[in-house]
Amino acid sequence: MNVIEVENLSKHFGKFKAVDDISFNVSRGEIFGFLGANGAGKTTAMRMLCGLSLPTLGEARVAGFDLYKDAEQIKRNIGYMSQRFSLYDDLSIRENIRFYGGIYGLTNKQIKAKTESMLHHLNLEEEANKMVKSLPLGWKQKLAFSVSLLHDPQIVFLDEPTGGVDPITRREFWTMIYEASDKGTTVFVTTHYMDEAEYCSRVSIMVDGKIDALGTPLELKEKFDSPNMGDVFLKLARKAKRGDN
Amino acid sequence: MKAVSANSIKKIFNVEKSTVTALQGLSFDVEQGELFGVIGPDGAGKTTLFRILTTLMLAQEGSAQVDGFDVVKDFKEIRKRIGYMPGRFSLYQDLTVEENLSFFATLFNTSISANYDLVKDIYEHIEPFKYRRAGALSGGMKQKLALCCALIHRPTVLFLDEPTTGVDAVSRQEFWELLKNLQKQGITILVSTPYMDEASLCNRVALLQEGKLLDIDSPEGIIKKFKKPLWAIRSTKMFRLLQDLKKMDNVESCFPFGQEHHVTFKEVLNISSLEKELTALGHRDLKMNQIQATIEDSFMELMK
Repeated sequence: MNVIEVENLSKHFGKFKAVDDISFNVSRGEIFGFLGANGAGKTTAMRMLCGLSLPTLGEARVAGFDLYKDAEQIKRNIGYMSQRFSLYDDLSIRENIRFYGGIYGLTNKQIKAKTESMLHHLNLEEEANKMVKSLPLGWKQKLAFSVSLLHDPQIVFLDEPTGGVDPITRREFWTMIYEASDKGTTVFVTTHYMDEAEYCSRVSIMVDGKIDALGTPLELKEKFDSPNMGDVFLKLARKAKRGDN
Repeated sequence: MKAVSANSIKKIFNVEKSTVTALQGLSFDVEQGELFGVIGPDGAGKTTLFRILTTLMLAQEGSAQVDGFDVVKDFKEIRKRIGYMPGRFSLYQDLTVEENLSFFATLFNTSISANYDLVKDIYEHIEPFKYRRAGALSGGMKQKLALCCALIHRPTVLFLDEPTTGVDAVSRQEFWELLKNLQKQGITILVSTPYMDEASLCNRVALLQEGKLLDIDSPEGIIKKFKKPLWAIRSTKMFRLLQDLKKMDNVESCFPFGQEHHVTFKEVLNISSLEKELTALGHRDLKMNQIQATIEDSFMELMK
């Protein structure tokens, strides 16, 4: 079953085609790696899929809802986490969970139960009343990921979730991603760490607004005759004509 | 004379009622002309260290010299000699590319033309946009402009704080090529990064974690100190393989590394018995090779 269906999706800013006719599907429980060089159009595409920006052309359904008609429903059925924005630093761990629970319309009873199970699972019971800013980055990111799953979304969008995180925590974070995917949550993730591309079920690579390659890491490595995903990425992204430079 | 010499630098921050020790007494030297990497995750203390060495912040304890000058007594002299590119873009957004560069040249009593040879290779990338306001540049172009501005007074020591964070793999590679070229012109470069794979591009690296130096050495030297036999193992079901390996008594550590898992064992490994065991657990297409450690393996080993 597909939880994301994208057909000929485009977003133009004046003459600039930030996203230029992309099509792909993501099925339930997949870990979908969304790669591309800076300026390739990843953020613009992701904003559309999260219901935050309307496409210029094309169709897409996310979590079963139409991008044009049901943007609000999409927002209710997805989770989102990025390196830049995740939790409120000057609220405690417990307050952050309560806040996001409220935003997503959970009942007090649900919030209470979720809070206890989350604190237990993350081994943060002792720290529950501490301000989030006092937590090490790695813990913060793990907590932010759990909070993005608070309302049991069908899909979670992760925008460079492991940037700057220490190597051990980065791997613990990916274990959490695997666990979520095992439970049927679809994970849509961007990263600049090429080893992480290997952990995805399938990977797409965007170049100049288009999807230049899409497949399992194994398929892509064979197709581009590369020893690893880093090499696949370099081969494709070097062709980019536009973008950041 | 060393380009940089740090002796027992300690820095403590007061955060509300508690204190955070950002640097726990760091000592190291950087040779002249060296490309020196400070490698560590966010919160390791990289930025604090760079701020102290660039005379923008005072340490509570310890001393440091840059280009032979003391960071406290001779801060004015140091500021004339060094270039500093902070992690956060800090040029004037409402000045054009050319105006920014000219502004920084003027601050240091020099001109763009006097030192153009040094920045030429980098500036050529952004010259087509020289009349564009800096605020309207893309990330990669901002970064190149910032590097030009940090170089325009021909510094002896260049400090680059996380220049490649959030930058894609292609642009990162290009940026390191620029650094190698600058190094050839005799500039000492200190660069901080959270990307472990960039360590191999430096002459020497300091591995930093929670304000402590885990090690300082050449990348090869650090890797050589990883004494345990390291195995790369893969099968068709990688997440299952990770869980299964972690449960085994003889497995000391097991971490995912891209398409394989890196594993160390408590006792000498009997390959065929491990293979049998994993096959019995349903793993197919098993591949096991003994490999050389990477900087990231070493970093994780030292973190323990």
